[in-house]
Amino acid sequence: MRPRPTSTEPVATAPDVHIEVKEPPRTPKQIARARRKAAAKRVWREYRKNTMGMAGLIILGFFVFVAIFAPLLASSCGLDPTCPSTGPQLHAPSLKYPLGTDDLGRSVLTLTIWGTRISMIVGLVSTAITILIGVTIGLIAGYYGAWRETVLMRLTDWFLVIPFLPLAIVLATLLGPSFYTVIFVIAITSWPSAARVIRAQVLSLKTRPYVERARALGASDWHLVTRHILPNVGPLIFANTVLTVAVAILYESTLSFLGLGDPLHTSWGTILENSFGAGAPFAGNWWWVVPPGLAIVLVVLSFTMIGYALDDILNPKLRAR
Amino acid sequence: MSLLSVHDLFVNYRTQGGPVPAVRGVDIEIGTGEVLGLAGESGCGKSTIAGALLRLLPTGTEVTGSILLNGEDVLGMRPGRLRAVRWTETSIVFQGAMHALNPVQRVGEQIEEAILIHHQAGEREAHVRVGGLLEQVGLPPRRIKDYPHELSGGQKQRVMIAMALACNPSLIIADEPTTALDVMVQAQVLKLLKELQRDLGLAMLFITHDLSVLIEVCDRLAIMYAGRIVEEGPAQSVFYESAHPYTRALADAFPAIGEGRFRKAPSGLPGDPPYPQDLPGGCTFHPRCPLAFEACPHIDPRLFDVGPGWRAACLLVDSAKPVLEAARTPGSGP
Amino acid sequence: MPPTEQAPDREVAPPLLEVRDLKVTFAGRIGLGAGLLGRKATQSRAVDGVSLQLRRGEVLALAGESGCGKTTTARAIMGLEPPKEGQILFEGRKISKGLRAYRRKVQMVFQDPTGALNPRQTIYESVAEGLRIHRIHHGPNGETEQQLVARALSRAGMRPPERFFLNYPHELSGGQRQRVVIAGALVLDPVMLVADEPVSNLDASVRGEILRLLLQIRDDLGLAILVVTHDLGLAWTIADRVAVMYLGRIVEIGPAEDVLTRPLHPYTKALLNVVPEAGGLDRPILTGEPPDPTRIPPGCRFHPRCPEVATGAARAAGVEDRCRGEDLGLMELRPGHFAACHLAAVTVGEGQAMSTSQPKR
Repeated sequence: MRPRPTSTEPVATAPDVHIEVKEPPRTPKQIARARRKAAAKRVWREYRKNTMGMAGLIILGFFVFVAIFAPLLASSCGLDPTCPSTGPQLHAPSLKYPLGTDDLGRSVLTLTIWGTRISMIVGLVSTAITILIGVTIGLIAGYYGAWRETVLMRLTDWFLVIPFLPLAIVLATLLGPSFYTVIFVIAITSWPSAARVIRAQVLSLKTRPYVERARALGASDWHLVTRHILPNVGPLIFANTVLTVAVAILYESTLSFLGLGDPLHTSWGTILENSFGAGAPFAGNWWWVVPPGLAIVLVVLSFTMIGYALDDILNPKLRAR
Repeated sequence: MSLLSVHDLFVNYRTQGGPVPAVRGVDIEIGTGEVLGLAGESGCGKSTIAGALLRLLPTGTEVTGSILLNGEDVLGMRPGRLRAVRWTETSIVFQGAMHALNPVQRVGEQIEEAILIHHQAGEREAHVRVGGLLEQVGLPPRRIKDYPHELSGGQKQRVMIAMALACNPSLIIADEPTTALDVMVQAQVLKLLKELQRDLGLAMLFITHDLSVLIEVCDRLAIMYAGRIVEEGPAQSVFYESAHPYTRALADAFPAIGEGRFRKAPSGLPGDPPYPQDLPGGCTFHPRCPLAFEACPHIDPRLFDVGPGWRAACLLVDSAKPVLEAARTPGSGP
Repeated sequence: MPPTEQAPDREVAPPLLEVRDLKVTFAGRIGLGAGLLGRKATQSRAVDGVSLQLRRGEVLALAGESGCGKTTTARAIMGLEPPKEGQILFEGRKISKGLRAYRRKVQMVFQDPTGALNPRQTIYESVAEGLRIHRIHHGPNGETEQQLVARALSRAGMRPPERFFLNYPHELSGGQRQRVVIAGALVLDPVMLVADEPVSNLDASVRGEILRLLLQIRDDLGLAILVVTHDLGLAWTIADRVAVMYLGRIVEIGPAEDVLTRPLHPYTKALLNVVPEAGGLDRPILTGEPPDPTRIPPGCRFHPRCPEVATGAARAAGVEDRCRGEDLGLMELRPGHFAACHLAAVTVGEGQAMSTSQPKR
């Protein structure tokens, strides 16, 4: 239901009006800040009502906590097979090693905790690059149109149809398996879908009368993009980002699992790879496989749940339903 | 007996914020071959009435009162009977001719469909009839094979009219039939509707926000404000000698070219139409009324007689005097 | 109110805005294959040689059916549509794209006030946007930004203005939103306003107040206003002069009283015939719809629909061949009243000698 309009009694305009604003109620900056605060509050209020979104947020909160406080939760020494804290090889879960040990005697718990860090960092950094490229390309293509759009969209289509795994394998071979290769491969294969979504939204926004009005007021392209286009695609970018992180973490695990990851850093994918290499799933050493696997599923699930919840709240098309 | 007789119609929409009264006690009579114009601004309830007449409102909407079509109660009809009545006795010409046609079906087939659904003719007979209908609305019969996108806006509206005529209804509800059209095409379509109405002896309920359009095609006019009819009577009287200040303002919004009093003098009403869930007390129009006086915020006027078949819901009407007197007498006013 | 004929000395007052032979074309879509084969896209001549002038403090209504090019003309004047040919002179100087000073002096009011306001911006921000775009931090008398915004809102009839600062567009009614759009234009102290169908999206009872506001600011601030409208009744209530467009050209232009009560061009007459009125449907109505601007008829572009040609009046006057074959420009047939019609040129008589291709002042 539409809120009731503030009633006015539009009187006939007096010849000339000099309004003395004795005490300006607020400065424009305060107004802007109040507005943003109110908008954020509104979104948060809606979000809290969304069970799926809240569950996702709690799961994610747990993993973020683990990633940040990894050094306090488990000594990094536990990652080194020569470390004194390592125990017997392939030991089933016990009090000392709650999740058992791997074939080098390292605690799977320690590995999983430290793996959280790498998986999260790879996920976030590659998403940041994905979104940066996607938004830039989508914005330029959508806003300027004409030949720029044709060129950029053909490029996007080209990247969109590249199969992820073969490209990853080729690149890892060329660049050597490393932390950065993983991020690079994920970013290069994920940005096209982001670019397409952003472009579609920009196309619809740029024909809105208020953009036209600002143009008639004399606004530069920069002003139009930063004041009218970006704030209105913002929510979409946000929701898209969250979903991309989930995909990126999954990709990282896949790449590491295939041995294309960074051998020097422990991620969930590398733990899984090692366990498979050692034949753990077939030897009944379930404690080595389940924790990293479960962690991947939970984190991806939490990001997806948050993403869909945000999409529900921020996407005007869905909200209208 | 009138063809359509609506008595004490109330319509409440169900919303999250509670029921919203869209129509608040409306009486309408349309005789055979009569054209009634229903005018008002957006949100006054005029389109809700159109929906209520054929029970096309969203489920959950509360409709009370009585709607008699040929003496038969529409609100009490069973679904089967209702479907039969739709289109064969009453049909609708909508505003959005562009969207009411299926873009992937030839227009001839779409008109034929209406005939076949109601088993009014066999396939061959229906086909012949469609050709005739198109001719009747001023389209060459070869247009039968056209797809909607091959037609202009005015032609599409003509197809819609042909469709409305397909099952020989006795009443046509025209809901803003010319609003999306250009002035010239609008005049063509209005002329067509008027001619068809005259030739076929159709009764019509013509709904629009544009009062000036109604004066050309209607016998009688009813003006709605905030869910009620505030003035009703012979078209010419209502338009040119409006008894209700709202009708006056609405009529003046469509100035006569060449008339000095409108030259360089646009006239309008202050404020905005009220929200149905938050109506002012007394006469709902009083906050915007240029002639409001002390009694207006307190007395909710019903329709008072102005002349033969002409009534207005305004305390300034002569026949409202007894009500004002009664209110002034201490202890008897509301 | 008696009709006020406004006829300032035309010789001394130079026009504020002068449009000379403006042409705007749109290219039709063409497939890649066809393009490679060298096929050219069809050109739609949306505006096909429009010349007009607007003086300070004058209200000019640009009227016509949809597709006649009136909105495209207005958008070209606003610099929102690149002209293919012709010149637009403002205060005697040619405007070119990106001229910020021009953008400041000429403001636009839109048909759809709901769409013209960014739903994420408060009323204050929407009105202040022009100031921020032009980096105006203080008024000429040292007013602060708030004071300028408050004054603009108040001039647009939103009083007290402070009450609306923090409202969002969806919290206002249609009429109020249009006032905010007008305030957003007024805040820059423009000298000219281009209003594209300023009231056609508003409720009938609210329209008059918005039109009255436009007249009021013209009177108070001496603004020139170009109103684009399909409604000749609106032109009658606010315009000093009226220009009627058909298929990308002005076919008649002159003082409102003259054009609307003694029209010269058959198209203007036809438009006036369909202004709704009791019994109006008995008057002749043009048949058919305007041809599309990719296929402009030769000769007088109105001749295929012209009732004068159809009824033989043009033949009787001996101009039918010219109607069918000779393109023509505007001719001053009465003082200040121009029309592009072969028949009117003959019947009005004194017009023959003054035949020119453009209105000249």
